[in-house]
Amino acid sequence: MSRQLKGRGEEAGRGARGRARSGSPGTGDTSGRRPSQKQAPRAEGAAGRRGAQPGRKEPASGSPRPGSSQRKQAERRRQREELGEQGQSSAERTFEGRRKRDGRASLKEQRAPPKKEKEVPRKEEMWKRPKKHRSPSLASSASGGGSLSEEELARILEQVEDRKKLIATMRNKPWPMTKKLRELREAQEFVEKYEGALGKGKGKRLYAYRTLVAKKWVKFKRDFDNFKTQCIPWEMKIKDIESHFGSSVASYFIFLRWMYGVNLVLFGLIFGLVIIPEVLMGMPYGSIPRKTVPRAEEEKAMDFSVLWDFEGYIKYSALFYGYYNNQRTIGWLRYRLPMAYFMVGVSVFGYSLMIVIRSMASNSQGSASNGESTNFTFSFKMFTSWDYLIGNSETADNKYASITTSFKESIVDEQESNKEENIHLTRFLRVLANFLIICCLCGSGYLIYFVVKRSQEFSKMQNVSWYERNEVEIVMSLLGMFCPPLFETIAALENYHPRIGLKWQLGRIFALFLGNLYTFLLALMDDVHLKLSNEETIKNITHWTLFNYYNSSGWNESVPRPPLHPADVPRGSCWETAVGIEFMRLTVSDMLVTYITILLGDFLRACFVRFMNYCWCWDLEAGFPSYAEFDISGNVLGLIFNQGMIWMGSFYAPGLVGINVLRLLTSMYFQCWAVMSSNVPHERVFKASRSNNFYMGLLLLVLFLSLLPVAYTIMSLPPSFDCGPFSGKNRMYDVIQETIENDFPTFLGKIFAFLANPGLIVPAILLMLLAIYYLNSVSKSLSRANAQLRKKIQALREVEKSHKSVKGRKTAQDSEDTAKDASNATQLQLTKDGTTLHRASQNETPDKKAQDPGTSSSASGTTLPASRHLSIARPPGARPDSGPARPQTHPWRSASGKSAQRPPH
Amino acid sequence: MGNKQTVFTHEQLEAYQDCTFFTRKEIMRLFYRYQDLAPQLVPLDYTSCPDVKVPYELIGSMPELKDNPFRQRIAQVFSEDGDGHMTLDNFLDMFSVMSEMAPRDLKAYYAFKIYDFNNDGYICAWDLEQTVTKLTRGELSAEEVSLVCEKVLDEADGDHDGRLSLEDFQNMILRAPDFLSTFHIRI
Repeated sequence: MSRQLKGRGEEAGRGARGRARSGSPGTGDTSGRRPSQKQAPRAEGAAGRRGAQPGRKEPASGSPRPGSSQRKQAERRRQREELGEQGQSSAERTFEGRRKRDGRASLKEQRAPPKKEKEVPRKEEMWKRPKKHRSPSLASSASGGGSLSEEELARILEQVEDRKKLIATMRNKPWPMTKKLRELREAQEFVEKYEGALGKGKGKRLYAYRTLVAKKWVKFKRDFDNFKTQCIPWEMKIKDIESHFGSSVASYFIFLRWMYGVNLVLFGLIFGLVIIPEVLMGMPYGSIPRKTVPRAEEEKAMDFSVLWDFEGYIKYSALFYGYYNNQRTIGWLRYRLPMAYFMVGVSVFGYSLMIVIRSMASNSQGSASNGESTNFTFSFKMFTSWDYLIGNSETADNKYASITTSFKESIVDEQESNKEENIHLTRFLRVLANFLIICCLCGSGYLIYFVVKRSQEFSKMQNVSWYERNEVEIVMSLLGMFCPPLFETIAALENYHPRIGLKWQLGRIFALFLGNLYTFLLALMDDVHLKLSNEETIKNITHWTLFNYYNSSGWNESVPRPPLHPADVPRGSCWETAVGIEFMRLTVSDMLVTYITILLGDFLRACFVRFMNYCWCWDLEAGFPSYAEFDISGNVLGLIFNQGMIWMGSFYAPGLVGINVLRLLTSMYFQCWAVMSSNVPHERVFKASRSNNFYMGLLLLVLFLSLLPVAYTIMSLPPSFDCGPFSGKNRMYDVIQETIENDFPTFLGKIFAFLANPGLIVPAILLMLLAIYYLNSVSKSLSRANAQLRKKIQALREVEKSHKSVKGRKTAQDSEDTAKDASNATQLQLTKDGTTLHRASQNETPDKKAQDPGTSSSASGTTLPASRHLSIARPPGARPDSGPARPQTHPWRSASGKSAQRPPH
Repeated sequence: MGNKQTVFTHEQLEAYQDCTFFTRKEIMRLFYRYQDLAPQLVPLDYTSCPDVKVPYELIGSMPELKDNPFRQRIAQVFSEDGDGHMTLDNFLDMFSVMSEMAPRDLKAYYAFKIYDFNNDGYICAWDLEQTVTKLTRGELSAEEVSLVCEKVLDEADGDHDGRLSLEDFQNMILRAPDFLSTFHIRI
């Protein structure tokens, strides 16, 4: 008994493992297995029966089977019965039942025979059944006598683990649901049955308890996941857009959502650690000069026009750097605000860098084998160009058109790849285009520099007009609006492939934005230096004013004078706040320009096209104005640059991130609405989501570039003497030194001083560079090894295939001969059988090149031409169970042998 | 919450969650979508596993599928008899495979089945022609179509037998940058 058991167990285990492992239509793995002695006769009988069935049923199998549903029901019912009364091993009963059912089925199937596919699960069932019937007895012996040896226990444990794995990976199996459900139920039954039996005595209870806990944990995790998916914001909105515009437009919104999440974290950081403590615990408004509106501005400080420019009360609020006091600790918590301010400023960058790099890394992991995708252009176009998300007929039309054009394009590319026409002209045109664009870039840079300079003059003058005050922002926005189309026009000269052209275009817009931003920064820096040079004199004035106020004659010396009202104290220009205000204004004007462009350019245009179409000479929708496209790349670039400004400005204007969060929130809703109401999908598809590292790379670059000026100002400019948390210090980072000196034990201070020694930092940097170099070379060599291995695998596979194809051809010849023999031998055999064999032989011949499916089926002669595809449709049903066996033997031979032996019906 | 009890038993829901990539809520939503397709056919009580099929005409008219050139193939592949009529199980199966969470391999396997129009276990030139015609609505000329098919076979046919086996297909599709993002249906 025990040996038998072992055999069974082994077999069952192998079966389960095989099933668990096989990702492909796993039914085949049973066929490779050899039945054990006891099963053999039954199996043979079954195989005989099974072999007989296809012969009878195969030919007319194309049409749907009316009887199938009843049969399935019967099967299901039987299954339930079986599962219910697993206790009694009723092999006989089921056997009979099966026979009965087979009988019933065959009765039905004379009219409409089943598919071979249906046979496959049944066959597998058969293999499984003995195992299943064995199990109760095994269980009883396990629980009853405890006579099982360690070995067997281990085996069962292994089996249970296999089942558990199967349950966990059930959803990854390419099986139909009924089969999955059945397997799941069986596996669960099995696990439940044996899990308890595994432990003994005390261990048993512990085991049961552990499994219970594990079950609860799984349930909890599942519920938690359910909850988590419900918490993702705007999921339905994005899904809506996805179904209307395909995944590329939706990827912009996913990017926007991701950006919103990042900004929310930054906002939480700044708001929670800087703004709230200052507002709650710092000195109240009006108590010190930096927190008070100066006397000269007091009158107009509440006017909307002033507030709109972030002057007046807003300038002297917690939104800006200047408001913060340089008190070392504030409130009863003794919160070190200047320190916190500095650290938050650093960690904003730290967090952003980390999150961008992490998402980049995870993206590149996802698309590991991207390198060699170039040699599959047509295949990718064929199999991945349709976006299954599209659920809107208009989008579908566009998609059809774009797929057609892309096919045509690549056909043209393919045809013209070898012939190059007039390379000199193209080269000349490209150089010319680049020259023009560089001129444009320089021009726009100069324009911005000029305007910023002028605005500094304006700022010194009194009563300037609205335009003069906002000239910088207006000019920058206009440049951002008109330069990209200009570049596109110039790029038409270059005659690049659209995809390459798009990359160039993106790069140029990027350069434009970047150049503009940096000229803006340089001009701003000039301004800052000017203010810094003036600071000394203002400092003196302030000092003298205070001195004169307190020491002026004509006041009774004995009575202390009331302190000078903070509004009257003369003060410096506080360049940090000025910088913050500039960024604030830029962000807001950028936002407004974006919204206005959407309103005018998209919405009004759409309205015009939609409603004037009724009374217009030509078709507006199809003709000239038509609807606007959703400009993915432009929008993403805008988003990235906006984020760059936020990063740059957030140190000097802590409120900027809050404004940005609002901006992203509104633009989420606004753009969702605009897209759905007035846009048509973009023709050129360029992915923008996090899954595309190109945009993430741009984001990283912008982050780095925005880090530079901030780091420069922190490291090399002295802070203003009378505003901000670092006032009175020589440099902003002195706050760290101060904290180390005053709040840490002295030895720590020494350690820090030692660490900050350039003699240590330079070697550290060198070491890092060396490490980068080393890791880089290691990864290079690894990837080279990888490529070589892949090549080797490819070569091996090819050798194998050619081998097989030679063999296959031989077997095909063989089989035809044998088939003739067989048909000769069994004269009574129906011709249908012959066709089956014929077709079977085709399935099993790996090399089908020579045999067109059409000709083969017509050669068989019995199938109707109309049902050609359906008849060829048979093989995949047969394939899964014969497939894996194919490489080892000549299945065809055995099949033909069997058919030869088969008694005539 | 009350609805859930009447449509499925708790065990059924758990089993479906084990077998698909859906959460309980999504399964319920899918069920209602399914039920909406043919309210007179589909009962609101699935505790006893009624054997109901929704005909392909209704499945294919779902907004998620109606513009898909391969909708018929999808329905055929996932239906039990290859005729496109679907039970609830098939329906769940289909959207589970097409869901975002499904792994590459599973998707590739079913994509292969979908593109294998004549069900012979290989994507042959005829299948490719069908695919191209469906993708372009027959706007390419015959030469262009055959050129494209030739090219595809040239690129992806690893063993040079003139057709794509599942292996070839997987080998190719697993490198496609946007296969995962495009081969899914949100519901």
